[in-house]
Amino acid sequence: MEKKGHILDTKGIHRALIRIAHEILEKNRGSEGLALVGIRTGGVFLAQRIAGIISEIEKADVPVGIVDITLYRDDLTIGTNQPVLRGTEIPFNVDGGKIVIVDDVLYTGRTVRAAIDAVMEFGRPMMIQLAVLIDRGHRELPIRADYVGKNVSTSRKESVNVRLVEKDGVDEVTVTEL
Amino acid sequence: MGLSKKDILDIESLSADEIRLILESAESFKEVLGRDIKKVPTLRGKTVINLFFEASTRTRTSFEIAAKRLSADTINISASASSVQKGETLSDTVRNIEAMNSDVIIIRHPASGAPHFIAKRLKASVVNAGDGAHEHPSQALLDMLTIKEKKGKIEGLKVSIIGDIAHSRVARSNIHGLTKMGAKVVLYGPKTLMPKGIENIVGAYGDTPLHIANSMEEALKNADVVMMLRIQLERQGQSLFPSVREYSRFFGLNGRNISLAKEDAIIMHPGPMNRGVEISSEVADGARSVILGQVNNGIAVRMAMLYLLAGGHKEAVTSQESGVRS
Repeated sequence: MEKKGHILDTKGIHRALIRIAHEILEKNRGSEGLALVGIRTGGVFLAQRIAGIISEIEKADVPVGIVDITLYRDDLTIGTNQPVLRGTEIPFNVDGGKIVIVDDVLYTGRTVRAAIDAVMEFGRPMMIQLAVLIDRGHRELPIRADYVGKNVSTSRKESVNVRLVEKDGVDEVTVTEL
Repeated sequence: MGLSKKDILDIESLSADEIRLILESAESFKEVLGRDIKKVPTLRGKTVINLFFEASTRTRTSFEIAAKRLSADTINISASASSVQKGETLSDTVRNIEAMNSDVIIIRHPASGAPHFIAKRLKASVVNAGDGAHEHPSQALLDMLTIKEKKGKIEGLKVSIIGDIAHSRVARSNIHGLTKMGAKVVLYGPKTLMPKGIENIVGAYGDTPLHIANSMEEALKNADVVMMLRIQLERQGQSLFPSVREYSRFFGLNGRNISLAKEDAIIMHPGPMNRGVEISSEVADGARSVILGQVNNGIAVRMAMLYLLAGGHKEAVTSQESGVRS
């Protein structure tokens, strides 16, 4: 795997998340009724960071949930072995809420489709929005992000790797050739 | 890791890691079962057949609910109302069922080894739901899930299995599973219902030997888990103990002898219970009984088994997980 480029470093990721947090608050006019749902695994840490930034700005806590989209995937039958389940935790009522789904990379849109399905099983939110750190294009479904940290044009032969301190010990986004 | 098996036929052939994988997956499914909408689309389009050659309420219903919660189509076939009555062989019956494009066949059969026999002949996944006096893997898995949930771990616990060990497939599966997971398993029952050489069946799992107790007191003393087995009156061709009353007195769990076990011990029973024989109502309905929790965990464990068998595809090789998603 050949490394092709550094997209973001620690500071870059932090700046992007601060902007996303502000945009979320601006669009939703504050944090009232707001809840974040991170997609396992990367999205969870990003959702927690965004929630931290929001609570600093607004002095109010925003609940953070977790979805494991495994059970909603459309590629279980063409994938290899069954992915290990890690569980969904949505410890708040989604009915009538404004839910922001958070993920690290937006690519085909299939993961987000699955996450929307998973969230809807818990009730009927007033709206669902999408925040991603990287949008790399190549959508296969009519899905777009409301908040984007950085748009990166990639080819399908490349892979975008988001590494975060919480799971990898380092904050960086790189593109590599597969 | 995933489960790299076509079938789940017995606990004996599962590794400790595979048992852990099933239990951890089951914990995720417990979360699904706690939702308002207790259904996920994971096995949409798959067909699961319940093929039961023996009476069953709990196990069959539990497998059926598990499959339905995963959005699979389920069909129940009981031998008494099928072409088995017309003399069709087991092999022909299951091959016909497979020809109807079924993905998983769940079988209960009075003959030990019947699931292994059909698994060799079918491409579909086979799940053993109890074969003769051999094994009942899904029951042992749900028992282990219940123990893990109530005790936080399995390793190092004293688990006493008491009663008709000889006829019990539940005991055999639990002995394999619990010792693999590092529990200290103690068996007790009438000598006529204790199979010869049973202590050797776990010889392969290292330093967690099986112990056969010599008295009810020894079996119960300091136990973390007490698992009572059903006296299988229907399987007894001859009298293996003098009377039900005597059995109850010497081998039954009641409000008095239960105090020998640890104060926080849990009481389990695979059901159906013979109240007043192997277990008194006082104990079965008492605070330490987790018997109904076992039944609830049964659905989650069976969802995990079906998911791990039918949720993935065996041949494909590309494992770039991050490439497939996002």
